[in-house]
Amino acid sequence: MSTKTLTFSIMDSPFEQARTTTAFRMIHEAIERGYNVNVFAYEGAVSLAFAHQKPHANAVHGRSVEEEDHPLTKDWIAALQEKAKAKGSQLDWINCGLCVDERGVNDAIDGCRRGKPSDLWKWASESDGTLIIATK
Amino acid sequence: MAKYFLIESRSSFDSTQVTQNYQLASDLANAGNETTLFLVENGVLAARAAAANGLASLNAVNVLADDFSLRERGISETELGNGVQVASIAAVVDAMAEGQKTIWL
Repeated sequence: MSTKTLTFSIMDSPFEQARTTTAFRMIHEAIERGYNVNVFAYEGAVSLAFAHQKPHANAVHGRSVEEEDHPLTKDWIAALQEKAKAKGSQLDWINCGLCVDERGVNDAIDGCRRGKPSDLWKWASESDGTLIIATK
Repeated sequence: MAKYFLIESRSSFDSTQVTQNYQLASDLANAGNETTLFLVENGVLAARAAAANGLASLNAVNVLADDFSLRERGISETELGNGVQVASIAAVVDAMAEGQKTIWL
């Protein structure tokens, strides 16, 4: 059982910024080390876990859905959840409820739940380290 | 004194704010704080010795460049300026776990 807990807050929408990839790399590394990880997603980042994301073909390049193998952030989150399970650590993911309702993306994958900004404050108060990754 | 771990993802060619962020890192270090500047994404463009930027003035700052971002941009270790060390994303996680003040600029 890990004695360390790290909290990340992410803000960027999926499929737009390199910050999302970097955030996932950090979360992956923290889980790899057996740390418990909290993620508070707000603003556009609440769509990262949206269950109805779908891969698509690329007609411009003549590639099928399978050939395109389009990465989906909901699948990355699911993979991180599996990794945490295998490591015996915890990945707790909260989507800001206000931001979810604004965007109509309440249907998140299993393991991601609704919350409120005060959850971030609570996590930050209790964690060994917190990193806020804001949109620029 | 505190330990600061600052993350810069933009290059000075993206935003003039970056130069001010370098100054913040320098000021924190010169005030006696242990200060690390972690360059990631386009932030690593400033790590090249050939780049005209403000990194040269950060003598008191521990400057790290993300290995993944360097590879993405085809920048080899031999191209890096003096004092820049290659690091993995684990450096961020370690700093957070240690309780350093970790700030994405």
